[in-house]
Amino acid sequence: MTAPLAGVPAAGGRATSAPLMGRDEEPTLFELSSPGRSAWSFRTTNLPEWDAAELVPAEHLRSEPAPIADASERDLVAHFTRLTHRQYSVDLGAYPLGSCTMKYNPKLCDDAASLPGLTGAHPATPAHLAQGWLELLADLADRLCRITGMHDATLQPPAGAAGELTGLLLMRAWHAEAGRQRTKVIIPDSAHGTNPASVTLGGYQTVTVPSDDRGCVDLAALRERLDEDVAGIMLTNPNTLGLFEEDIAEMATAVHEVGGLLYYDGANLNAILGVTRPGDMGFDIVHMNLHKTFAVPHGGGGPGAGPVAVSERLAPYLPGPLPERGEDGEYRWRMPERSIGRVHSWHGNALALARAYSYILANGADGLRRVAEVAVLNANWLRHRLRASYDVPFDRPNMHELVVSTTSLKKASGLRALDVAKRLLEEGFHAPTVYFPLIVDEALMIEPTETESPQTLEALAQALERIGASPEGAKEAPRTTPVGRVDEARAARRLIPTWDARPLAATDAAAEHMQAPSARY
Amino acid sequence: MNVPDDLRYTTDHEWARLEDGRLRVGITDYAQDALGDIVFVQLPEAGATVEAASSVGEIESTKSVSDVYAPVAGDVIEVNGQLSEQPQQVNDDPYGEGWLCVIDPSDPAAFGTLLDAEAYRRLTSS
Repeated sequence: MTAPLAGVPAAGGRATSAPLMGRDEEPTLFELSSPGRSAWSFRTTNLPEWDAAELVPAEHLRSEPAPIADASERDLVAHFTRLTHRQYSVDLGAYPLGSCTMKYNPKLCDDAASLPGLTGAHPATPAHLAQGWLELLADLADRLCRITGMHDATLQPPAGAAGELTGLLLMRAWHAEAGRQRTKVIIPDSAHGTNPASVTLGGYQTVTVPSDDRGCVDLAALRERLDEDVAGIMLTNPNTLGLFEEDIAEMATAVHEVGGLLYYDGANLNAILGVTRPGDMGFDIVHMNLHKTFAVPHGGGGPGAGPVAVSERLAPYLPGPLPERGEDGEYRWRMPERSIGRVHSWHGNALALARAYSYILANGADGLRRVAEVAVLNANWLRHRLRASYDVPFDRPNMHELVVSTTSLKKASGLRALDVAKRLLEEGFHAPTVYFPLIVDEALMIEPTETESPQTLEALAQALERIGASPEGAKEAPRTTPVGRVDEARAARRLIPTWDARPLAATDAAAEHMQAPSARY
Repeated sequence: MNVPDDLRYTTDHEWARLEDGRLRVGITDYAQDALGDIVFVQLPEAGATVEAASSVGEIESTKSVSDVYAPVAGDVIEVNGQLSEQPQQVNDDPYGEGWLCVIDPSDPAAFGTLLDAEAYRRLTSS
């Protein structure tokens, strides 16, 4: 373990200061409820009062009041503020969740996406009154095409998986137009779980191609699987092991030879920004996760943005309408001639698009290249550093993320990837992705992104080294968070997705129960 | 790792036990340990006809979802309905209460082509 260098600032990436680590569980709002309390009161409305029964037909009236918690405004705000303070976020500390690219989101992008001219426009505003918005969207699509080496793009898909489905529907439309009946799509065994799901939703069968001992697609095995039934292949490059698929040119030629298309899963685009382009590798369809690569807050359900860019031969099938600049300089909406139709209402998650646009403009071409270079440098630094304490199954230069394993530690002390992840929470870091990709035993998938400083990487490495060297107590971790080790198996086997207030509110005993927590907290 | 001598095995970590010409099928101790806590088991319908090495169901653990493959071709004549309520039986007793289904093989000789215990031990220790 290395001591911090003298004069070097403390790592900003750890989150061990209060109030995040308070030990008590936050009660639910119902437990905080005190009958008769209210978060609002009107001295007078100066309006006549009506009985609801006079206005609403009897069959639509409740027979008893809805079980809503009674809380004062003060209690309500305090409750949500406490919950807010217990969230781990990219604004709080390092978030090395592999494959998710949890980079810091510059506040500049928040400012840009908050401009009243952008937030105030209704999506139904006629094109001639929303020229600024159309220009922004058209220019963003153009820049995304230049970044990926593609011809045209749709900005509608609201997330990566939606982009995948859009891409497969484009693949389907393109084959159908030529009268080809294709049934299969090939994906590697290291693929993101969304890939086979999208293939199935797109009406195709999944064919899996194994990885070779370098961690890349086994080219010979791919050739064996290629025939006239193959609609295409879905690939992530770099792949989920963080490794660059060096045979991509040969793979592209082989897939194109049987009339198939290449689909690029853009989850890992952060690693190659400004360095190489999917279009130059031979890909026909590319989805991008703007919320990963171009700094849009994500996690917890979005909103994200998953634009899809395509080569020239697929452009006529794109979802529409697309924003386009006419020869008169005026922007208007255009429906591509053989469009597969809309894949989202209006124009996608427009403010997420605006945020990503500001990120691209603020960085510029050289800045985006630097993003990729530093992301790759950070991940390689960590691999070199962690090699002494963890197994590195594919120990060769990686791209923006690395996969380590606790196989040896498990044999020696029983320490599993899950235990390391939970112990890391005690150290003040978000956990890495665990047990993915599936082809690595006890996998920890770490993506530091370009936004973490050398001091933060050092602190993260030291924390991981400490955990590997002293596994005592790891099975009980996390011990310093408000909620300790969750029984994931029981939670999945006996899932209770709702908290039903009714039985509690219905009886006097329940009312007492609801009073009780306020004494505790 | 428990590998009973009287069973036959597949390279995909299923076991098969010969019972009056029919095969009771499950996943091995090695497989349940690698999967971790199993939370959901999806089985074929009784009466379904299955191809050898085709997917006949899925096992979901807290880590992943994995296919279960038929060791031999034949008809599924019985499935372990207990597992919908108690999927953890696959973890607790993989060769007993955690069985998945019974297959009536279309080729009675197919059982003999599966790996024996010694070969499966070699496979999982390599």
